[in-house]
Amino acid sequence: MLIDRPTHDACMRRHGDHRPNAALHGEVIRTASLGVLALGAGLAVASCHPEPSRPARSVNATRGSAPAAGTAPLAADDGQWVRPAKDFASTRFSALDEINTANVSRLRVVSTFSTGVERGHEAAPIVVGGTMYVVTPFPNFVYALDLTKPGLPIKWKYNPKPEAASQGVACCDVVNRGAVYDDGKIFFNTLDDHTIALDAATGKPVWDTKVGDIQIGETITMAPLVVKGRVLVGDSGGEMGVRGWLKGLDESSGKVVWTAYHTGPDKDVLIGPSFKAFYAKDRGKDLGVSTWPPDMWKIGGGTMWGWISYDPALDLIYYGSGNPGPWNPDVRPGDNKWSTTIFARRPETGEAVWGYQLTPHDVHDYDGINEQILIDLPIGGRTRHVLVRPERNGYVYVIDRTTGEVISAQPYGYVNSSSGVDIKTGLLAANPEKAPAVGKVVRDICPAAPGTKDWQPSAYSPRTGLVYIPHQNLCMDEEGVAANYIAGTPYVGMNVKIFAGPGGNRGVFEAWNPATGREVWSIKEDLPVWSGTVVTAGDLAFYGTMDGWFKAVDARTGALLWQFKTGSGIIGQPITYRGPDGHQYVAVLSGIGGWAGAIVAGGLDSRDSSAAAGFVNAVRDLPSRTTKGGMLYLFAL
Amino acid sequence: MTQRGLLGAFGVCALALLAGSAARAHERATPLRICADPNNLPFSDSAQRGFENRIASLVGNELGRPVTYTWWAQRRGFARNTLNAGACDLIVGTASGAELMATTRPYYKSSYMFVSRRDRRLGVRSFDDPALRHLKIGVQLVGDDFANTPPVHALANRGITKNVVGYMIYGDYAHAAPERRVVDAVERGDVDIAVVWGPLAGYLAQRSPVPLDLVPVSPRLDLPYLPFVFDIAMGVRRRDTTFRNQLDSIIQRRQPSIDSILTVYGVPLLSLGGVREAQ
Repeated sequence: MLIDRPTHDACMRRHGDHRPNAALHGEVIRTASLGVLALGAGLAVASCHPEPSRPARSVNATRGSAPAAGTAPLAADDGQWVRPAKDFASTRFSALDEINTANVSRLRVVSTFSTGVERGHEAAPIVVGGTMYVVTPFPNFVYALDLTKPGLPIKWKYNPKPEAASQGVACCDVVNRGAVYDDGKIFFNTLDDHTIALDAATGKPVWDTKVGDIQIGETITMAPLVVKGRVLVGDSGGEMGVRGWLKGLDESSGKVVWTAYHTGPDKDVLIGPSFKAFYAKDRGKDLGVSTWPPDMWKIGGGTMWGWISYDPALDLIYYGSGNPGPWNPDVRPGDNKWSTTIFARRPETGEAVWGYQLTPHDVHDYDGINEQILIDLPIGGRTRHVLVRPERNGYVYVIDRTTGEVISAQPYGYVNSSSGVDIKTGLLAANPEKAPAVGKVVRDICPAAPGTKDWQPSAYSPRTGLVYIPHQNLCMDEEGVAANYIAGTPYVGMNVKIFAGPGGNRGVFEAWNPATGREVWSIKEDLPVWSGTVVTAGDLAFYGTMDGWFKAVDARTGALLWQFKTGSGIIGQPITYRGPDGHQYVAVLSGIGGWAGAIVAGGLDSRDSSAAAGFVNAVRDLPSRTTKGGMLYLFAL
Repeated sequence: MTQRGLLGAFGVCALALLAGSAARAHERATPLRICADPNNLPFSDSAQRGFENRIASLVGNELGRPVTYTWWAQRRGFARNTLNAGACDLIVGTASGAELMATTRPYYKSSYMFVSRRDRRLGVRSFDDPALRHLKIGVQLVGDDFANTPPVHALANRGITKNVVGYMIYGDYAHAAPERRVVDAVERGDVDIAVVWGPLAGYLAQRSPVPLDLVPVSPRLDLPYLPFVFDIAMGVRRRDTTFRNQLDSIIQRRQPSIDSILTVYGVPLLSLGGVREAQ
């Protein structure tokens, strides 16, 4: 155990900044970090500025050299994990290899921390310098934990005190998918629609902007992304008649600079002269109005509660919008644009550059909010700049991210709700036999409403060239007979029953080759795999199961190399980082819940098969296999 | 009426006799915990101005127990987070036979209503009226998992989609009576006609600045199976059958008083056996 003065001094010299850094005085870490010194200027930014009391100004000065991507040096430094997706490309890949296939069997718990919250923990912990930041589900506490001291002492805790009513308003569970770090601040969203910037050092709010209205059903569960001075935030609540949007907030003031709606006229969607859709089906004026019966777009859904990626070279952000609602499919003939659409936009203005609708006129709740991994692939003898997107409708889309052209779309699970994607027209061939209607019972719709994959993000390893996809294998029956809602009385949803798909396993962890559009290996999991994943240069992929097993598998073969049973089911996003002692750590939040785990976190009645929109039927056994409670686990060799 | 009155008198006597023992005294002091929405007029609100609040007080009096409330927004998860979480013991108004709970005998029956301004003289009585093909129609929407309010389905079944305007049933929770927007739209002329659940329509029509016509929709049961008339009962946990039986006898005894409360709030009542028009 040494006082970490040498590293600290090295930092100050690099920046020519000799102001004392109060927060480091007297702090103890496990070892002096020689590794830190070797990694160059980019790392110096990372290892120095995030420490609590360093003024943001010195960070700005350093950022000035790379204005296009403020946190790019941080993301490249494997000592940090500054956003849930690790880097702007959303690879969730770490170049760390201290923990590898040869030694992972010796991985052990080094610390734990109870969040004090019992709902579903979907967030990724964030690591900046010697501090880990964790945002919990409602009531959305933010903790800063000191990684430089044994036992993860709390540096500060922030309680945003969200409105209690927001619990009753949120659709599925009151989750939060994580915070993000940039420029000395931690940014996160609350369930009751506040985007808040906290001083990373002190936990004091810098600004707090109310971006939505809980009173009309809007909530926020997504993790923001900060790009070029904009904090990007989207809403949840499609089933409440919310009109979906993505907003760009000014990073320093919190002021809303732009709002891009996902329904309505072009001016509201921020579709202008530079918009160029690759496919004819996505071209035309004001499609966000004309593809709906009159005025239905005004409460047409298309929310955005998932993931955003950014390509600094093209200066484009990428994300998808949610399903159309709250109208029944038979009431809203048309494509219902711009629901379930991938947009490419300019981060500073929100201006749309291209758009591609994945599931026109969605009838199965196939929200289009999943992640997009930005990689370059050799295809047809040339390098294509693509985004890879395992979509809820069952296909892994490989899309040219400069134009929106679909290069391939192959099923990564059992799909019968459609028969494929025509890459010439961009059209999904929907299967009319599987479309629900009033008075009709439709059986065996695959995938079920949560899709082949829901929000849980994949990872990509440049070493293997594979995408690691945590997902489910679920189908459903729908009985469109329950049109019995009566104002002012308890809600009774339609009769949806979700159950295991072919093979009987409800979950899959799958390695996918995006260049060939083929599975390389897969692991059948009994329960849906509702956690995120991380892959490392140690050729390990980590993920968790809903009954609490945290697993490390060989990224090349899928062989299970290590597992540990945590206290509750895992639906969080694992991360890995180099700690202040120079050693590699793996962290994950355990804590069952979310849509899939609401049967436990929300105490749903297992006899009520349509509870949690039918998901309860699929996981009736879960209450006998895990119990609720949020806990952070830290692992090392 | 007379018969009910006699039953009621008998019930009160029986209760008074039972109240003798110490155990019963304790039982009486236990609060009657109601699960309710704090902002859902005319049904309930936190100032206890709704008809369900009045009925809850009536039940509390009958049981000799003080009434307390657990407040929760009336939407998906309501029964789960209140009644079935053990936070409270009684939901005053729910569809008879609702799956999530045990329900009492129904204490009123109402219908969806066509609501229009009287000065429009529309005279629409049926979903099959050809006028509905061109009139602008307001409906309430509930969610996106394929189930919606019955009028939405009835109109869609007839191919009527282009002239339908939706208002979320949850409305704007920042305002009193959040569900009122669909009726506001009729009053203002934003829509020509709306199809609205009776208790809401009746209450709002009483307070409307312009006279409104309320007509029960027909058919009452749209084929293949789409009802527009519902029996409303009280809901308790499935296992609380003794409590439910107690409530059944209170409803039976005090039906006239319950009717009076509903009438004051303008609830259009159908007889639990036949037609019974409200005043």
